[in-house]
Amino acid sequence: MNTLIEATTTRANPGIDPSLHIWGWEIVVYLFLGGLVAGIFVLAAALELRSGEKPRGPALRLTPFAALALLSLGMGALWLDLAHRLWAWRFYLFFHATSPMSWGAWILVLIYPVGLLLGLGSLNADQRAWLRGKTPGALATLLETFFGWADAGRRGILLTSVVMGVSLGIYTGLLLGTMPSRILWNSAVLGPLFLASGISTGAALLLLLPLDESERKTLLRWDAAAIVAELVLIALMLLGFATSGETGQWAASQFLGGPYTAVFFSCVVVLGLLVPLLLEVVEAKRHLPFATILPVLILTGGLALRWILLTAGQHSAFRFLP
Amino acid sequence: MGASSEAVRRGGAGPGDEPAGALPHRRYAMTVDTRQCVGCKACVLACKAENDVPDGFCRDWIVEEIRGEFPVLSAEIRSERCNHCTDAPCVKNCPTGASHVNEGGVVLVTHHKCSGCKACIAACPYDARFVHPEGYVDKCTFCLHRVQKGLSPACVGVCPTGTLTFGDASDPESSVAQLLRERRSKVNHPESGAGPNVHFLV
Repeated sequence: MNTLIEATTTRANPGIDPSLHIWGWEIVVYLFLGGLVAGIFVLAAALELRSGEKPRGPALRLTPFAALALLSLGMGALWLDLAHRLWAWRFYLFFHATSPMSWGAWILVLIYPVGLLLGLGSLNADQRAWLRGKTPGALATLLETFFGWADAGRRGILLTSVVMGVSLGIYTGLLLGTMPSRILWNSAVLGPLFLASGISTGAALLLLLPLDESERKTLLRWDAAAIVAELVLIALMLLGFATSGETGQWAASQFLGGPYTAVFFSCVVVLGLLVPLLLEVVEAKRHLPFATILPVLILTGGLALRWILLTAGQHSAFRFLP
Repeated sequence: MGASSEAVRRGGAGPGDEPAGALPHRRYAMTVDTRQCVGCKACVLACKAENDVPDGFCRDWIVEEIRGEFPVLSAEIRSERCNHCTDAPCVKNCPTGASHVNEGGVVLVTHHKCSGCKACIAACPYDARFVHPEGYVDKCTFCLHRVQKGLSPACVGVCPTGTLTFGDASDPESSVAQLLRERRSKVNHPESGAGPNVHFLV
């Protein structure tokens, strides 16, 4: 028998030992808000592409701007996480095709003009008049130019919004999924899983707003589809781990009997996915709206998914394999 | 060589900083003889002194493993550091190009390009990197600044038991290549797929 009995190391580097803990709440907040904003982009554009008409509720018309504000908040958290904050501009002197973070940095910049045009085009006459009234004279021509672009290329902007939303949602998962060093992240499923979760949390945030009845029904249906997709992707991720080699089996065991089992299944799978799905079915069949509890559960579950995966992944290095 | 050597010592050299006439196909590697290592930590101290590694951090370290079933036990002592991987995940995941492959396959971090995003730290299968208190990511440089002067890395030079050997693995005449031919060896976590270049002689 050559079983490892004891391993000691003289290394005690901050952030690295006893196990990796370089990424904390800042990254959790960013991954959550990034996914949520990705979801809002996809949903806001898809709602209009489907119905062919501008959003009915006044709140829904402003969501692209709210999305950009939330994204800025998330990027602020990301910036706080940098060890060399004054060097953040270095991301924009370089593009590295093999680095998901490099893709992400550029996606984050490109999504702003798209969101701005998406939002301006959504505004109704009253909202536009209000905005014109608030715009200083020097910028008035610029605003009119933007309105012109937002209206003329509406379909193109809607399609671009879907593409940008999907890119943002997927990259946040692939960022973790492309690191072979962290066994628990090392699954390509994380990309689509974070996208599905982003769409679901985005829908949950929209469901908290006063919505037109038909818009609410559509969002509930799409959210149910996103939740089902999430459940399938989580099952596929665990199945992928459990049926692969020693490292994958260890990763699966963390969620299937290991230290993260209880918190993952209770906070993410049951309270964040299964209960909201049940409430959505009840609302659809029995016309009993769960105005607040449903979105809150989904948002909490989405936050928990990222928190647990980020934490568990950092604890999953090759050196911890038995 | 003064200025560029200083830059490399601090790990701050970029691609293109190699001295003229550098051999393009060198593959620097290290062997660690686990039958010689007594875990005295001289390599750790030499590295800290040579590279001004801040208090509380280290670029190389000692791992002791006890295996077996009592009373039949075996101990293995290893001096470990960055593996300067052939297919380095840290370099692939660096969004700013700060982490790069330098002369002889040595993986370095250009300090003034590093934003401290820590993607390379998460990507490293060996947890060999850390955030320097000055805000950039730091790690073993194989003492490239010494190697370029024809010296051995500080850890190799100070090792009292001859455990560590450094050299160009692509040169069949080098001590490293000979040891890898003549002795049985292993690498840490070959399953990472990164192609580590620190070999442990067993």
